Amino acid sequence: MKLESKIPEGPLAEKWSRHKFGLKLVNPSNKRKYDIIVVGTGLAGASAAASLAELGYNVKAFTFHDSPRRAHSIAAQGGINAAKNYQNDGDSIFRLFYDTIKGGDYRAREGNVYRLAEVSVNIIDQCVAQGVPFAREYGGLLANRSFGGAQVSRTFYARGQTGQQLLLGAYSALSRQVTTGKVKLITRTEMLDVVVEGGKARGIVTRNLITGKIESHSAHAVLICTGGYGNVFYLSTNAMNSNVTAAWRAHKRGALFANPCYTQIHPTCIPVKGDYQSKLTLMSESLRNDGRVWVPKTKEDAEKIRKGQLKATDLSEDQRDYFLERRYPSFGNLVPRDVASRNAKYVCDEGRGVASTGLAVYLDFADAIKRDGKKTIEAKYGNLFEMYEKIIDENPYETPMMIYPAVHYTMGGLWVDYNLMTTIPGLYALGEANFSDHGANRLGASALMQGLADGYFVIPYTVGDYLATIGPADKVSVENPTFKEAEQNVISMTERFLTIKGTETVDSFHKRLGHIMWEYCGMSRNAEGLKKAKAMIQDLRKEFWSNVRVMGEGDEMNQSLEHAGRVADFIELGELMVDDALARNESCGGHFREEFQTEEGEALRDDANFTYVAAWQYQGDNKPELLNKESLEFENVKLTQRSYK
Amino acid sequence: MKVNLKVWRQKNSNTAGKLVEYQLDSISPEMSFLEMFDVLNGELTKKGEEIIAFDHDCREGICGSCSMYINGRAHGPQTGATTCQLHMRSFNDGDTIVVEPWRSRAFPVIKDLMVDRSAFDRVIQAGGYVSVNTGSARDANETPIPRNIADEAMDAAQCIACGACVAACKNASAMLYVAAKVSHLAVLPQGQAESVARAERMVAQMDAEGFGACSFTGACSVECPKSISLDHIARLNREYLGAKLTSTNVQG
Ligand SMILES: Cc1cc2nc3c(=O)[nH]c(=O)nc-3n(C[C@H](O)[C@H](O)[C@H](O)COP(=O)(O)OP(=O)(O)OC[C@H]3O[C@@H](n4cnc5c(N)ncnc54)[C@H](O)[C@@H]3O)c2cc1C
Ligand code: FES
Repeated sequence: MKLESKIPEGPLAEKWSRHKFGLKLVNPSNKRKYDIIVVGTGLAGASAAASLAELGYNVKAFTFHDSPRRAHSIAAQGGINAAKNYQNDGDSIFRLFYDTIKGGDYRAREGNVYRLAEVSVNIIDQCVAQGVPFAREYGGLLANRSFGGAQVSRTFYARGQTGQQLLLGAYSALSRQVTTGKVKLITRTEMLDVVVEGGKARGIVTRNLITGKIESHSAHAVLICTGGYGNVFYLSTNAMNSNVTAAWRAHKRGALFANPCYTQIHPTCIPVKGDYQSKLTLMSESLRNDGRVWVPKTKEDAEKIRKGQLKATDLSEDQRDYFLERRYPSFGNLVPRDVASRNAKYVCDEGRGVASTGLAVYLDFADAIKRDGKKTIEAKYGNLFEMYEKIIDENPYETPMMIYPAVHYTMGGLWVDYNLMTTIPGLYALGEANFSDHGANRLGASALMQGLADGYFVIPYTVGDYLATIGPADKVSVENPTFKEAEQNVISMTERFLTIKGTETVDSFHKRLGHIMWEYCGMSRNAEGLKKAKAMIQDLRKEFWSNVRVMGEGDEMNQSLEHAGRVADFIELGELMVDDALARNESCGGHFREEFQTEEGEALRDDANFTYVAAWQYQGDNKPELLNKESLEFENVKLTQRSYK
Repeated sequence: MKVNLKVWRQKNSNTAGKLVEYQLDSISPEMSFLEMFDVLNGELTKKGEEIIAFDHDCREGICGSCSMYINGRAHGPQTGATTCQLHMRSFNDGDTIVVEPWRSRAFPVIKDLMVDRSAFDRVIQAGGYVSVNTGSARDANETPIPRNIADEAMDAAQCIACGACVAACKNASAMLYVAAKVSHLAVLPQGQAESVARAERMVAQMDAEGFGACSFTGACSVECPKSISLDHIARLNREYLGAKLTSTNVQG
């Protein structure tokens, strides 16, 4: 398949304005003749639904949550980037663009990333106008912090609850449009299929989670804003119900899935404690601004700590290894996420990990408290320290925190062009559900920015171009046989789950999949392990479909049935992630292949052969997927080896 | 540790429910309360019984999904925390723990421990926003907002809409929830133009949803996992009473 990215011609800084000018417009009085379905009402979906309704389109917005305000976006803590340069510290749109492209290890499109940096400034204005209570200085102007290794202060934040406040802003805009009648909000309803007819997306099939009723909805365009797929690893920092189903079912209907193996492992999470564990909690990365990461220098001390014979505070300075500061003298504890995570894994693999599991490193605030006083540290991180104490039952002001990397974000997702359209005309993907802007590694505070950029400032322009091209008459009724066929598909799948009546719970299959993914397709990967993982996933899939036990009925609230559908999709996705990781014979960003590293153990890219987006095409049940390549062109930045020494 | 659970089971909104007893013998004190429910649900599935339905998602106290009434308290014995932040170490070996859904006319039970809180959304739809379209905002730093005002707005805006305030109130009033939103927007310059109409509409919707009246007992604020202050109710009363005196057009 020929992949057209539709990146506009012209100088980088003019691409987006030129493109906007070239897009077809829908005349204001015609907008009400178009129906748009928005699936997902997190940051991306809520901002898109509200903005499109304001323009006059008829929007139907779906969420499986009971309210848009519960979307996983609510949990983002740290902040959102914008190139405002309010601090006069040398920031600019170009610098934000440059940092983001470099941070993504040169595996994203220049045009997309530049546009993201360009609209970032409008996002802050919009959110403030909605009443988002960002942190402020005493003079009343907006405060910023530096985040995730950035060398300028460009991150806007609302205490440790930035995602919550941004989502509530978008939710309020959406709520206002519900009142005007331009948005029909449909909650506790899960999209289970996309309907494609005559080569275009025509609508979706949903299941009402309370009654179990299967329904069809038709529209001129469908927007998938359903978030990321980190829960393929079972344990992650994602909310428990985050899943890949909407994107995966769209993929099976013809939308290409790009770079599935690019996953981000976040270095500062609360370590796993036991087998019963259901999710992992992130401790904001801002902690690395003041906390120092270390493990005992010797295996012997580490073992004593694991057995409870020694405490962290018993070790003197020269018995500690501040391994990030040692290996990366200029960035120290602030190296990017992938580098920090991998190094934590190495020291634990060497047997120097702490906590009873040996899978943890220290994040120590003793020096910061000595330097700035407890009060200052409390003002900065009080809520995080409290959260830590609630979970671990230890006081981080007195004993160092324990952290370990955890799956956090997925850079891969549905392939989209510059207009955010997938390979199915009329089907769009926004937010974490698409692959577009973060390359092989996402920088801190840039996912919130991308979700809102897509929803507030990109899709309102680009969807109009498509709608104006097809015209209002080009819509298919839900009575059309393609809708009926899709409904039937969903119904048979439900029946299949309920009739297997095996012996193992859905949760248990999910956990087993997670173990395979984490072990062989996690922080570091190699060909042998990936091949092994592929076989294991295939076996797991067979076992799942013959031995899963789902109780209850299809025509009622049934959380076990919901979970079964999601796990079935995760298993298939898991296999594709492994294929993608195996096909990419290089290391880049979050994808670290052990065979491809520099002498110093850093990721070794192969720009001559792998400067492309891997876009996978579904070929039918149990058939290998087809790899399509979109080659990436760099005209404005020079590809260099990332170095944080 | 061992626990005896009495859990509310109800098939759907049309059937009556009852407390059902379950025993768990090997619970780790390190487990979260919801992980204990995961274990129970796993055992139920193995026995061929239907799992207990409950809302949850983030499991870190921010999405507001979880909503269990535990031993007579919204979100259980720990203050300033949601159900998902509660750990089994808060209980003793052998304890009996009674778990019920939120009880309020405005929050009908959907199944077991899961209730319908869409009334909260409709209250926001009635006016809990600033009327500004995408793209029409001016530069964010053109309106300085004193830090203490921004902090006050943030204190109110922290509400997670879990409904514990309603569940804790003997009148099932939603006053703290409504007041927090009115207050968040009323203290900020962006929200002031609409503050009167907003308070009127949100209060009217709150009444229409069947929430009870506020008799200012303060139970809501005590049980609020975000410790939202009763001061916001005082402010709402000011905005609202002010509204009653000045408004010429009260729209439901
Ligand atoms: C703990 C944590 C902290 C983070 N902190 C930051 C940060 O500080 N800065 C930053 O920039 N990023 C951060 N991120 C990343 C960021 O929060 C997410 O990438 C972003 O919020 C995703 O937004 P979204 O709108 O794409 O998806 P989501 O918010 O996940 O929304 C998905 C929506 O889709 C709906 N949905 C999904 N599937 C279906 C279906 N089949 N049918 C119907 N509805 C469906 C859901 O109900 C929901 O409404 C953080 C992430 C985590 C996990
Ligand atoms: S599950 Fe999100 S607040 Fe408890």
